[in-house]
Amino acid sequence: MADDVLLRARGVRKSFGAVEVLKGIDLEVRQGQVVSLIGASGSGKTTFLRCVNLLEEHDGGEILLDGEPVGYRTEGGRRRRLSETAISAQRARIGMVFQQFNLFPHLTAEENVMLGLTKVLNKPKAEAREIATHWLSRVGLAERRGHYPYQLSGGQQQRVAIARAVAMEPRLLLFDEVTSALDPELVSEVLGVMQGLAESGMTMLVVSHEMLFVREVSHHVVFMDQGRVAQAGPPEAVFGNPESERLRSFLGRFHGMFGI
Amino acid sequence: MLDFSFAPGTFWFEAWVARFSLLNGLWVTMSASALTILFATLFGVAMGVALAYGWWWLRLLARIYVDFMRGIPILVLILFTYYGLSLFGINLPAYWAGVIALSAFATAHIAETLRGAVESVPAGQMEAGKAIGLRFSQRLRYVILPQALRRMLPPWVNTGLEVVKGTTLLSIIGVVELLLTNQQIVARNYLIVDFYLFAGLLYLMINATIAWLGARLERRFSYLRY
Ligand SMILES: Nc1ncnc2c1ncn2[C@@H]1O[C@H](COP(=O)(O)OP(=O)(O)OP(=O)(O)O)[C@@H](O)[C@H]1O
Ligand SMILES: [Mg+2]
Repeated sequence: MADDVLLRARGVRKSFGAVEVLKGIDLEVRQGQVVSLIGASGSGKTTFLRCVNLLEEHDGGEILLDGEPVGYRTEGGRRRRLSETAISAQRARIGMVFQQFNLFPHLTAEENVMLGLTKVLNKPKAEAREIATHWLSRVGLAERRGHYPYQLSGGQQQRVAIARAVAMEPRLLLFDEVTSALDPELVSEVLGVMQGLAESGMTMLVVSHEMLFVREVSHHVVFMDQGRVAQAGPPEAVFGNPESERLRSFLGRFHGMFGI
Repeated sequence: MLDFSFAPGTFWFEAWVARFSLLNGLWVTMSASALTILFATLFGVAMGVALAYGWWWLRLLARIYVDFMRGIPILVLILFTYYGLSLFGINLPAYWAGVIALSAFATAHIAETLRGAVESVPAGQMEAGKAIGLRFSQRLRYVILPQALRRMLPPWVNTGLEVVKGTTLLSIIGVVELLLTNQQIVARNYLIVDFYLFAGLLYLMINATIAWLGARLERRFSYLRY
């Protein structure tokens, strides 16, 4: 086992009522890697990301971040839920960017980025502002730092959301279809920012339907089907040599977007 | 009706004679309203948070309280606080009994509005707060409440207006607020129409001021658009 595994999921299960949505997910994300999750709607991609960031609690299996179980500790062979404070501390080490941006509408772009820095990482205001300015420039929005979310386009809002997540210096960044709510012409500015992050060595777990991006940027692609990992591997293998009919038909939907 | 000559028996003369009682009545009405709005906002926000996020038993208690308070006439509440409690050996001055009763009533209204406002904040806001590692109390304070309070501003102003009007009921337990002051003046000079009209205009002015303040606050928060 390589030691640079940052996130390790083993047999992760999750049910909503009687419906089992995750049926034992195994997945590894290494330090500095970009791992993409692809799969049809309802296959459980979002649910898995939410389990990693403790927005949902998984019912079985384990999710380890830096070797430490996420959401609970084991005591005398039994799982015990972590306290709110401990859970918040774990969440702070994992950033998440949402499909709907979820910027705080009552705060400016800069304040959105600063909130976690001052309240979670306890940085002084001046330092937090510097960090915010730095990341807002990195996503090309230094000029807009005083704008409220409603004054920004969807693409700009999503870039602020990325800055907000990455400014916390998380060990791992989660992206859940972050371009799906955007007008087509705004998609590339967000993907560009993500590509830049990937190149700078950020560890990322990305759910996306942007197959060109997935193929170009990922080190590892995981195809999920009905709550299971159906195929995983480097992008060339997953895209070039789909093993199952379901992956072939899934990829077929994106046909013409790239040469398979 | 309104006679502008200044002689005994005219409105302006009588009002001048009674100016200190009138000012006192105005003060009692305004201070009772302000205290009630203050208490009700503090307790109402806390109870609204309990309604939205409390443990089940806390939610249940708060729910019972709110439904009870909203279901009984304010006057009954005032009479109970003043006369009822004295049966249990708790003797409150009429003014304070009135403020407490009005606060208890307005708390229920504000709690219910706050719960609604909190629940109307999109779920993604709470999740975004979680994702950056904010603890529950921080998410409440920095993410949810600023948005919820903005949303509840209009109903909050309404509650304020109701409270001001509700203070007239304190006259029944002998609090010499604006209405009772006017009643007492009228009993001396029989200028019924003039003084009740005058009282009505004063209430209107107080409430117009509250509404104006509310509108100003709303404009201050206009960046909160969706
Ligand atoms: N809170 C919930 N309660 C009940 N069922 C849920 C809940 N969240 C998700 N599900 C169900 O779990 C299944 C997997 O959903 P999930 O959102 O993880 O899929 P997904 O792969 O992200 O799909 P998409 O590509 O449409 O985003 C779906 O059938 C969905 O209806
Ligand atoms: Mg999804």
